[in-house]
Amino acid sequence: MSEVTPIQPEEVAKEPSTGSHLVRRLLHNPVAVVTSATLLIIILGAVFASYLAPYDPNNSDLQAILQGPSSEHYLGTDGAGRDVFSRLLFATRYSLAGALLAMGLAAIIGVTSGLIAGYFGKWFESFSTWVVSLVMALPGIIVLLAARSVIGPSLWYTMAIFGLLLSTGFHRLTHAAVMGVRNELYVDAARVSGVRNRSIISRHILSVVRAPVIIQMTIMLIVAIALQAGLGFLGLMDNSIPTWGGMLGDAFAKLYQDPQGILWPALTIGITAMALALFGNALRDEVERSATPKKAATGTKAAEIVLSDVPTVIHQPADADREDLLRIDGLVVGYDQPDGSLKQVVSGVDISVKKGEIHGLIGESGSGKTQTAFSVLRLLPHGGRIAAGTVHFDGQNLATLSESEMRKVRGARISYIPQEPMSNLDPSFTIGSQLVEPMRKAMGMSKAAAKARALELLDRVGIPDPKRTFKSYPHQVSGGMAQRVLIAGAISCEADLIIADEPTTALDVTVQADILDLLRSLQRELNVGILLVTHNFGVVADICDWVSVMQDGRIVETGPVGALFANPRDEYTKSLFSAILDEEHARGAYVAPAGTAAGGK
Amino acid sequence: MIRFIITRLLNGVVLLFAVATIAFFLLYWGAGDIARQILGASASQETVDLKAEQLGLNEPVFSRYGEWLSNAIHGDLGASWFTNQPVTEAITSRMGVTLSIVIGTVILTAIVATILGVSAARYGGWRDRTLQVVSILGLAIPGFLIAIFLVRIFAIELGWLNATGYIDFTDSFTGWLKSVTLPIIALSIGAMAAVAQQVRGAVKDAMRQDWVRTLRSRGISENRVVYKHVLRNASGPALAILALQFVGLLGGAVIVEKVFAIPGIGQISVTATTQGDLPIVMGIVVFTAALVVVINLSIDLLLGFVNPKVRLS
Repeated sequence: MSEVTPIQPEEVAKEPSTGSHLVRRLLHNPVAVVTSATLLIIILGAVFASYLAPYDPNNSDLQAILQGPSSEHYLGTDGAGRDVFSRLLFATRYSLAGALLAMGLAAIIGVTSGLIAGYFGKWFESFSTWVVSLVMALPGIIVLLAARSVIGPSLWYTMAIFGLLLSTGFHRLTHAAVMGVRNELYVDAARVSGVRNRSIISRHILSVVRAPVIIQMTIMLIVAIALQAGLGFLGLMDNSIPTWGGMLGDAFAKLYQDPQGILWPALTIGITAMALALFGNALRDEVERSATPKKAATGTKAAEIVLSDVPTVIHQPADADREDLLRIDGLVVGYDQPDGSLKQVVSGVDISVKKGEIHGLIGESGSGKTQTAFSVLRLLPHGGRIAAGTVHFDGQNLATLSESEMRKVRGARISYIPQEPMSNLDPSFTIGSQLVEPMRKAMGMSKAAAKARALELLDRVGIPDPKRTFKSYPHQVSGGMAQRVLIAGAISCEADLIIADEPTTALDVTVQADILDLLRSLQRELNVGILLVTHNFGVVADICDWVSVMQDGRIVETGPVGALFANPRDEYTKSLFSAILDEEHARGAYVAPAGTAAGGK
Repeated sequence: MIRFIITRLLNGVVLLFAVATIAFFLLYWGAGDIARQILGASASQETVDLKAEQLGLNEPVFSRYGEWLSNAIHGDLGASWFTNQPVTEAITSRMGVTLSIVIGTVILTAIVATILGVSAARYGGWRDRTLQVVSILGLAIPGFLIAIFLVRIFAIELGWLNATGYIDFTDSFTGWLKSVTLPIIALSIGAMAAVAQQVRGAVKDAMRQDWVRTLRSRGISENRVVYKHVLRNASGPALAILALQFVGLLGGAVIVEKVFAIPGIGQISVTATTQGDLPIVMGIVVFTAALVVVINLSIDLLLGFVNPKVRLS
């Protein structure tokens, strides 16, 4: 018998840890501490209302109406001569209880139905979705007003019905969360290893929805408080029970006699709701923080630039007779870290691209090749910057150019061909308008002239029906076509240099060769320089004149393609070459072992 | 696109029918002795029986539902049990008032929320923090509470007479504008907070897309990238939440109208509710549901307009 250790669900599950960690962190969050203390005081006031209140909340003394605060009545009296402080305490009790009833009911029904719909799906899922859309077709208050006309002014019935309405919010939240986890690998693994549904739900799925549900609870409490106060304010709730809304309504009716009266119930509602909202927010912050990996401890490390001192293997000095189109010297690109240090991704790169030359920049992902390319356009992702070095282009140092001057360079002088054709066209605008817009901006062309040129360009890059493509939206064309459109865009403003970032990587193999051919012929025709970023030696061999090999943010070897391919000298370059499948020595044909050859099913 | 509209329209009709049916049975089954409630405790049993006979309350609920439905399809929602005013007339005369406030709120919300959300997403920093504070306030403070304080400040402390009451815009446009300004502000804060957050998120998402970099690489100015391209792509989620707010605002208006003494749908719903005037209550439910269907349909059409993938499929 084979010894197979059964997979322990505990090992499979990499569930996010929310729980005691979260509580501990909340205790260190000042907002959470202050707000929960505030809520605690309010809750204690509500619970011990009978002991704290000096008067019966409904006891009216018509001799003492609308009095200001005094030692007898801490907060004065209302229009019926009732003690405001006592009323406020009891109102807090009933209002909170009503809101909790609605929220609790909503959470129980919504989470349960959301779990069932999300985990088991089937008819219950479509049925519950339909019910949710039905409930959302009416504002809650209209439903409650309608209900009020038959069930009367009972606070508890009203809040129970509101709980049913609110449950849709919990349902949608849980449903969406469960749908997200249902097909996660660790849930699959648990299912395959024979864990029962109930255990999977309680162990894996509940742990995922727990935090969002708690946050949703604080929001729903606020909603319930507001709605209940609104109904009370309209005078639709039972008068014998003091509520915040009822107090507001009473005070509002006497607003002209006593403008201060609305203050106490309004303040109590405001403070309670603010405390809940801020607590919910703090909770969300802590949950999100635990989901993202911890950043380095904060400190004030000075940004220090480290240049690579490993020499580059140079096969042949750049042709001094031909002028440099682009000259990058000692380029350092880094990302500022929260602790003030700089995370360097490019450490001292020198590259020169001549006019009419295709310069391949090759390296594996993370080597800094794309960062180098983006630096030329000054389009580094958020947080990235050129920390040192120069980028000379046509007599200007692009590294120090102002943003508005840089904009004149982009498109008109240096253009860009991206990697993923489909994600690099704005899905909301037609292909034509995206081609016309830059030409009108950069070259000041008229709309008609730009359109004519766009059609010409589409034809030039090999699009069969330019007029149709011009009118199409990006989702209506194939990836290969979209890449041709982007190439047309890159040459549209007659740039002198094109930055091509892995222009064929995302395409089908059959389309790749066509696109490379197109690039090569355009480059000859227009005599532009191209800085081509790639990880594929085949592409380099196919169309590049010069190649630079990049590793860990530096150039390890550079030279004409022929010389470098014939005699790679750097260890890393050699290892890249040896990693390519050796196609010259094809393996012999597969010979089936005797006896099985004829037995193929 | 036509198929899309027809499907949505059919969905809306089914939804409306379902809401009306469920509401009818819950209301008429749940109602107690309606005739007694209308005539009061002092009325004799004979008059109560007569009233019940007149209102058709002795017939079984199913046949009353059939009658109501066939009338409703012909646009007749019956008459109030108390004033005998036709339901459609009673509601349409007030719905316009409520709608003018709600639509004004939606427009103000859309404009301010877009400005707040875009600048928070684009620049971060203090603009983002301001938005977070506004969001918390908007979430926590109910609109009618803001309304009460606005009335207190403007009507009582400043003594402006126009702070409450309503002037129809057919009578005086500036008068109407004055009478709806405070209600619209009171209702907007909450809606603004929710919509601005959504705009912020959607703009942030759109700004991370690859095509934003490509547009920049073509020399398109940052303002154009943000206001033409990013905003267009972010408008889908923003519109969806705006539609949701529209529905919520219809409810919020009910309470805010009371604060500003505005004769809208809020007033008639409260009266009909306390009296148990079921034909009017049914009418309000049907009208509101129909309005929500229309709003959702228009938002769907708008979404189709901004998102070609929806329009062309």
